[in-house]
Amino acid sequence: MSDNGNAESHAPETAPEAGPTTPARKQDGVEQRDFINPTINIIQSASRKTSYSSLSSLSQEGTPPPLPPRPKNPNLLNSRPSTAHSTAPTRPQLVSKATTQLSYPNTQTYNQEARDGSPSTGPSSGASRAKEFFGLNTSRNFSDVEEVASVRSFAPTDIGGGDVESMLGEVVGDHEKSLLKSLGHRFQDRESESMFPPDPQFEDAFKQEFDDIEEMKADGSNEERVMVQWRAKLKHFFIFSSAAKPIYSRHGDEQILMNSTGVIQTLISFYQGANDTLRGFTAGLARFVVMSKGPLNLVAITRLPESDAQLRAQLDALYMQILSTLTLPSMERMFAKRAAYDLRRPLQGTETLLSALADGFTRGSPSTLLSALECLKLRKSHRHVINNTLAKTRSENLLYGLIVASGKLVSVVRPKKHSLHPGDLHLIFNMLFEAGSVKAGGGENWIPLCLPGFNNTGYLYMYVSFLNLEQPSEQMQERPRSKEGDGDEVAILLISANKEGFFELRGMRDDLVDQLQRNGSIATIRSAVKAGRPSCIDIVPGSPLRHFLYKSRGNVQFCMPSFDPYFGSGIERRWLMNLYGQLHAHLHNKPTSLKIHHETATTNISLAWTTPLFELYCVAPGTTSRAALAQAANKVIQWVRREEERVFIIGGAVF
Amino acid sequence: MADSAPTQPKPSSSVKLVLLGEAAVGKSSLVMRFVNNDFQENKEPTIGAAFLTQKCNLPTRTIKFEIWDTAGQERFASLAPMYYRNAQAALVVYDITKPSSLTKAQHWVAELQRQASPGIVIALVGNKADLASAGGADSSDDADAAPAAEGETNEEEEGTDARRVATRTAKSYADEESLLFFETSAKTGQNVAEVFTAIANAIPETSLKGPRGVGGSTNLNRQEDARVNLAGTGMSMPDKGCAC
Repeated sequence: MSDNGNAESHAPETAPEAGPTTPARKQDGVEQRDFINPTINIIQSASRKTSYSSLSSLSQEGTPPPLPPRPKNPNLLNSRPSTAHSTAPTRPQLVSKATTQLSYPNTQTYNQEARDGSPSTGPSSGASRAKEFFGLNTSRNFSDVEEVASVRSFAPTDIGGGDVESMLGEVVGDHEKSLLKSLGHRFQDRESESMFPPDPQFEDAFKQEFDDIEEMKADGSNEERVMVQWRAKLKHFFIFSSAAKPIYSRHGDEQILMNSTGVIQTLISFYQGANDTLRGFTAGLARFVVMSKGPLNLVAITRLPESDAQLRAQLDALYMQILSTLTLPSMERMFAKRAAYDLRRPLQGTETLLSALADGFTRGSPSTLLSALECLKLRKSHRHVINNTLAKTRSENLLYGLIVASGKLVSVVRPKKHSLHPGDLHLIFNMLFEAGSVKAGGGENWIPLCLPGFNNTGYLYMYVSFLNLEQPSEQMQERPRSKEGDGDEVAILLISANKEGFFELRGMRDDLVDQLQRNGSIATIRSAVKAGRPSCIDIVPGSPLRHFLYKSRGNVQFCMPSFDPYFGSGIERRWLMNLYGQLHAHLHNKPTSLKIHHETATTNISLAWTTPLFELYCVAPGTTSRAALAQAANKVIQWVRREEERVFIIGGAVF
Repeated sequence: MADSAPTQPKPSSSVKLVLLGEAAVGKSSLVMRFVNNDFQENKEPTIGAAFLTQKCNLPTRTIKFEIWDTAGQERFASLAPMYYRNAQAALVVYDITKPSSLTKAQHWVAELQRQASPGIVIALVGNKADLASAGGADSSDDADAAPAAEGETNEEEEGTDARRVATRTAKSYADEESLLFFETSAKTGQNVAEVFTAIANAIPETSLKGPRGVGGSTNLNRQEDARVNLAGTGMSMPDKGCAC
């Protein structure tokens, strides 16, 4: 946090405008961003305020959340529709159309002009707001984000201006609009299932987040359109050298980035000149976080609600990926020779790995958020058998042996004095299960890689073989491509320091698979993979709990229930991760870190709890009482305690 | 893995084959076509190397290819000797739409002739023939018949045609170095099986007697481990440095 504060005070453009918003955000205590536009700030801080209102204690009495503070401009608040009670996913700033809103005086409650900073004051908005505070639960409405049609069709009402419509790529006719209006409240009731208020703009942005940006034409004729596409992205990562040479960017090529890179490099140099380090700043709704690692500068730009610390962890993972390709000494040598060295050449072919990591972060990764691993749930005795088989078949030059099912660890064998760094495993899992390169190739792979958490100076060699669970003795010929990582991919990874160890490890693999098949472990793994994660209902029967994350701090592992049925879509999952991210930030912000944090929003209620043993984050719909949530949390902890040796790998096989 | 009944009477032998060539010329796609008869557009780059096997039935014998599909990126170049050492055959691949890839292929051929086992069978393969216009595709089919004439038309047609390496150029280079030569398309499957069959036929009987089967090649690998490892670990770093 001190870093954060430090950076803020240095960022020149934020200082003067911070004034009006600070009082409203005191309770927030996380980050102070979004300073640029006071109008938006007031609205957002108002909505945030509600979300964070019943902070920090389970035992707080059951009063409804206090009203938001009186804003400078009451008109603005009046126009705030009930939907503004989001847990504040930031969104594209579309101020340009403000005036056009006035032509829609009779907007329905789900008209969302206020969030876009327009000063329209529909009579119904005020009414709906009142309703919301009287009967919190009845107005948890129309949030079913999966109803694409409905949400989409709200967009025009919300936007009005033709130029913006074209940006969304969808224009809905007036007829349709009036039809939807006439549906009115019935709509709201049906959709009251979801825990997150709808946010069509965010949804649209998220939907297009992973699309490629059009290439800039040589004559620059489409520059404007390309820039609009580029700016519409919720999240950017880019990496450049201290000589401002581009190395990697998730969206857009060198041409688009030239300006941004130049500006950021200038800012970095400016602070370096003053013997200081630039760590982050805010511009508009976007938060910039900068990380300088030796000759590399890594930048994350986000409009998602993420803390600086979380973004730093993501940048660190990208940095680790680069080291994993090059090793630290060899990268330093390259730059020592020539400061303007073009690192893209030695990194050629790893863009897919970096982008897979980056997209994972944008989709939301519990593993990175918690810096922990997930394991396949297996009976203790079954895991014991697999561990023993791994240990027994271990070949001479093996360093680590792992069995992994779609990013979930099944079993591990390791030397006594070396544990596995979760960051390293994350890189490996990303390579195998997110980026398609290894998976799609067929056959066996022999991959030189550096595991920076283990040793960032040299290469290890990894034997990879995907297992056909139905016929394990046969080589898997073709694997279906799956970006999401379906639950049915099981890989055997054998890591050695011996460059020429391929055939040795291949022999071990044959031996291992043979024995696993004989002692029935293949069947065990197959059924565990098929069973998937347990659902919340199975874990805590009869509770309102929708989802939770439990991290065992000692084991550096976490477990969670299945996302289905409540968080099936990508956007639902992103919203859930936004919420988790905010809870996580509350527990981990240095000066004010909390032990227990409790939050109520109109559509959900959440709890974060940390002890020396674990971290627990859980969410339930807004109708849930605090006591019920606390009770559910306790039950989760009891469940984990009971199932500890199933959901976590404790020790593993050691030699 | 084991020989199936019908192939029992025929002698079966293993042939270690390595694919080399610049990044993104289609090495993995060629292998995919040969092994799985499958093609993927925009395949992601190989990391390290992939090991695959596939049988090739000849009238008199069965050849079991043990294929090392290597990554084309420069940073993996220092690992290449590990894969081509003891290889009986090599497929050096270039992209007919990219002249620089032929230059790179020529470097690989030179390196193989210098450092690989003396009897190694090398095939030069120009991939992505489907990107050439009809004339180009024809020229690869009768590359032997009228390479010169067809080559000419290709050069003239460059405006409409993605081909940038004339069949004639590559063919004459291949003849000079006494390499097998093919133009293939992993996408359409054109000539892919032919390349492997030609290699299988070109492997001399005598070289099949020696390093036979998986065990054989493994042992050979191991014998040289010590020597190469010492040099290899020392070498790989400076190599990387040079690549800059």
